[in-house]
Amino acid sequence: MSGLTHVSSAFQSTQAAGRAALMPYFTLGFPNPQASLEIIEAVAHSGADLIELGIPFSDPLADGPTIQHSTQVALHQGITVAGCLELTAELRSRGVAMPLILMGYVNPILAFGIERFVAEAADAGADGFIVPDLPLEEAKGMQAACAEHQRALIFMLAPTSTPERMTAVIEQSAGFLYLVSLIGVTGARSDLPSGLEAFVQRVRDQSSIPLAVGFGVSTPAQARAVGSFSDGVIIGSALINAVEGAEDLPQAAARFVGDLRTALESSRSEDGR
Amino acid sequence: MLGPRSSLPSKFGIYGGQYVPETLMPALAELEGAYLKLRMDADFQAELERLLSTYVGRPTPLSHARRLTAKFSGAQIYLKREDLAHSGAHKINNTLGQALMARHMGKRRIVAETGAGQHGVAAATACALLDLKCVVYMGTVDIARQAPNVMRMRLLGAEVRPVEAGSQTLKDAINEAIRDWVTNVQDTHYLLGSALGPHPYPTIVRELQSVIGREAREQILSQAGKLPDQCIACVGGGSNSIGLFHAFREDEQVALVGVEAGGEGIDSGKHAARFADPTVGRPGVLHGTYSYVLQDSDGQIAGTHSIAAGLDYPAIGPEHALLRDLGRATYTWVTDEQALEAFGLLSRMEGIIPALESAHAVAEAVRRAPGMKQDQILLVNLSGRGDKDLDTVASELGWDEELRAQEATETTS
Repeated sequence: MSGLTHVSSAFQSTQAAGRAALMPYFTLGFPNPQASLEIIEAVAHSGADLIELGIPFSDPLADGPTIQHSTQVALHQGITVAGCLELTAELRSRGVAMPLILMGYVNPILAFGIERFVAEAADAGADGFIVPDLPLEEAKGMQAACAEHQRALIFMLAPTSTPERMTAVIEQSAGFLYLVSLIGVTGARSDLPSGLEAFVQRVRDQSSIPLAVGFGVSTPAQARAVGSFSDGVIIGSALINAVEGAEDLPQAAARFVGDLRTALESSRSEDGR
Repeated sequence: MLGPRSSLPSKFGIYGGQYVPETLMPALAELEGAYLKLRMDADFQAELERLLSTYVGRPTPLSHARRLTAKFSGAQIYLKREDLAHSGAHKINNTLGQALMARHMGKRRIVAETGAGQHGVAAATACALLDLKCVVYMGTVDIARQAPNVMRMRLLGAEVRPVEAGSQTLKDAINEAIRDWVTNVQDTHYLLGSALGPHPYPTIVRELQSVIGREAREQILSQAGKLPDQCIACVGGGSNSIGLFHAFREDEQVALVGVEAGGEGIDSGKHAARFADPTVGRPGVLHGTYSYVLQDSDGQIAGTHSIAAGLDYPAIGPEHALLRDLGRATYTWVTDEQALEAFGLLSRMEGIIPALESAHAVAEAVRRAPGMKQDQILLVNLSGRGDKDLDTVASELGWDEELRAQEATETTS
C-alpha cells in the first residue's frame, strides 16, 4: 500500500468513528534505542492511530526544551539516521501496523541524500515525512522523492500563515496538514492558545484535507478540546514528560496514551461531528 | 506561486534560501517587503546616513600601516579601520540599519545573538539610541570569555540571556534567538548579526555592510592612486568580509581573500574553517540557509573552536560559498597562534589593538606581504578593536599568572 493511502485511510476510519485521530510523537533513540522501541510499541498498542517518530538533530530550532533534551540524549546514545530507519523497520517487524510518519530536520536528510533517505525510509515502513525547516519553497526535491515512492510529505501551517500561503500549501498537501497550534516552539503548555478553533476553521474553509493540530497540546482534556474541532491531535513533549523518570517507561507511555485516547473517544459523544 | 513576491533573489547560486519553520515565513516576507520599500525611501536612507556619519563616525579612516609594511619590505599594508566605528566594530553598520527598519515595521522588541559580544553590543547600542527593547542571547562559554562586552550590553539597557544548550557558543545563541523569534514574531524583529540565516538576511546584512567596501575603495584610490591587489578579511558568518568584498566584486584585478579560523590547526579537528576540510565542511543547512557547514557524516552539526569567539561558528554565509565556487574569492585559514602573534605585532608596531577576529586577517596579510612587490597593496579589514579580548590574550600569554604571582608577592611582603 502506498504511504499516502495508509495515512489517508487512518483519518477516514477515525472520521467514520466520529473522533479525531491520535498521533503521539516520540523521539527515536530516547532514552536509548532499545527503550525507545519498547515505548513506541506500547504507544502503538494503547490507542495511537498514527505515530510520529522523531529523528534527532543537534540543532532542533523549532523544538522547546523537552524535545531538545530528548534528541540530545538520543544523540549521546549514538543514534543515527540509518539507526532511526532500522528502528522503524524493527517496529514494523514487531507488528506495529499504523501509519508511521518520520519527523526530521533537513540537514541530516541532506547528508543522507534526499532520494536515498525517502527510498530507504519507505522500505523500512515509513508512510510519510514532516520536515519542520523545509517550507514549501524549498521542498521540491523532497516532494519529487515522495511522489516517486508514494509517501506523504506533510506540510505545516501556522497561525501566522497568510491566506496566500495557506492556499499554496493546501494545494501541495497530501495525507494531512499539520497545523501548528501556536506561535512558538514545541512544548507542553498549561493552556490552549486562544483563537485555535478559529484558525482550524479558517483552514477548513479552504480545504477538505484532514487537519491535525500539534504544539502545546499536553493533557487529555486539551486533547479532547482540540479533537472536537480538528481531525487529529499530535502530542509530543507531554508524552516525553510522562515517561521521563517513570519506573516502567513503556507502561507510563501506555497509560498516558490510553488516557488521551479515552478523552478523544469521549469527545465524540459530546460533539458528534 | 505564493502571491506577489519581491524581486530579490532568495539564493546565491544554489546557496541560501529559506529553511525555516512555517511560522517564520510570513515574517521573512514582511522583512523583505519592508527592506525593498525602505531601500528606495529617501527619508529612511537620509536618516541612516545621518546616523552613520554623526553617530557611528563614518567614514572610518583607511590607515597606511607604515611600520608593519617596512618590517616586511613587501606589499603596502592598508587597514580599513572599522575598529574606530562607534561601539568598536563594523557590527554597528548592520544593527543601526536593521533597528531603523524594525522601527518602521512597528516592531519595538529586538532579539539578537552574539558570539564575541560585538554584535550584541552593537545591537544594544542601536536599541538604546532608537528606544527599542533589546534581548541578547549569548552562550555561557562566550559570556565567560567576553565579560567586558556582557557588562557593556547591560549598561546599554539590554537583557543578556545566557544559553546553556549545546556548545554554549554562537551557534546555540542563534538557536535560542530563533526560538524566541518564533515565539514572539508578531512584535519582535530578529536582528541577525551576520550575512547568514534565511533570505533576506544575507542580502540585507551585505547591503548594510557594503559601506565598508565603498568607503575603502574610494579611500585607497585617493591615498594610493590605485586599487589594491588584494582585499583581506576574516570570515566568521562573513559580514565584514562580504561588506568589504562587495564594492570590489567587479574589479577583476583585485583578489578577494577570506580568512577562516584555523583554531588549533585543521588536522586537530579543533577549528571553524568550513572550506578547509571537505570531509567535515560540506554544503548543508544550518539556521535557515544552505551553505558550507561543519558537520559529521550523519549531518549533525560539528563542534567548533577558535580563540576568536566571533569566528567560532560552524556555517559560512551563503554568498561566500558562491564566491568561492565562482573562483571570485579564495579562502584560507589562520591558527589561534598565528592570530595571537598578529595581535601582538599590530599592537606594538602600529599602536592598534585589533579584535582577535580581525587579527586573523592581519596574520594573513603578514604572511602574504613579504612575497609581494613594494608597489603592491594589501587592503585589510580591521573589523573590530581588541579591548574585549584582553583577558583571553592575557591568559594565553601567561600574563594573568604573572599578575597573580606579583599580587601574591606584594601581599606577603
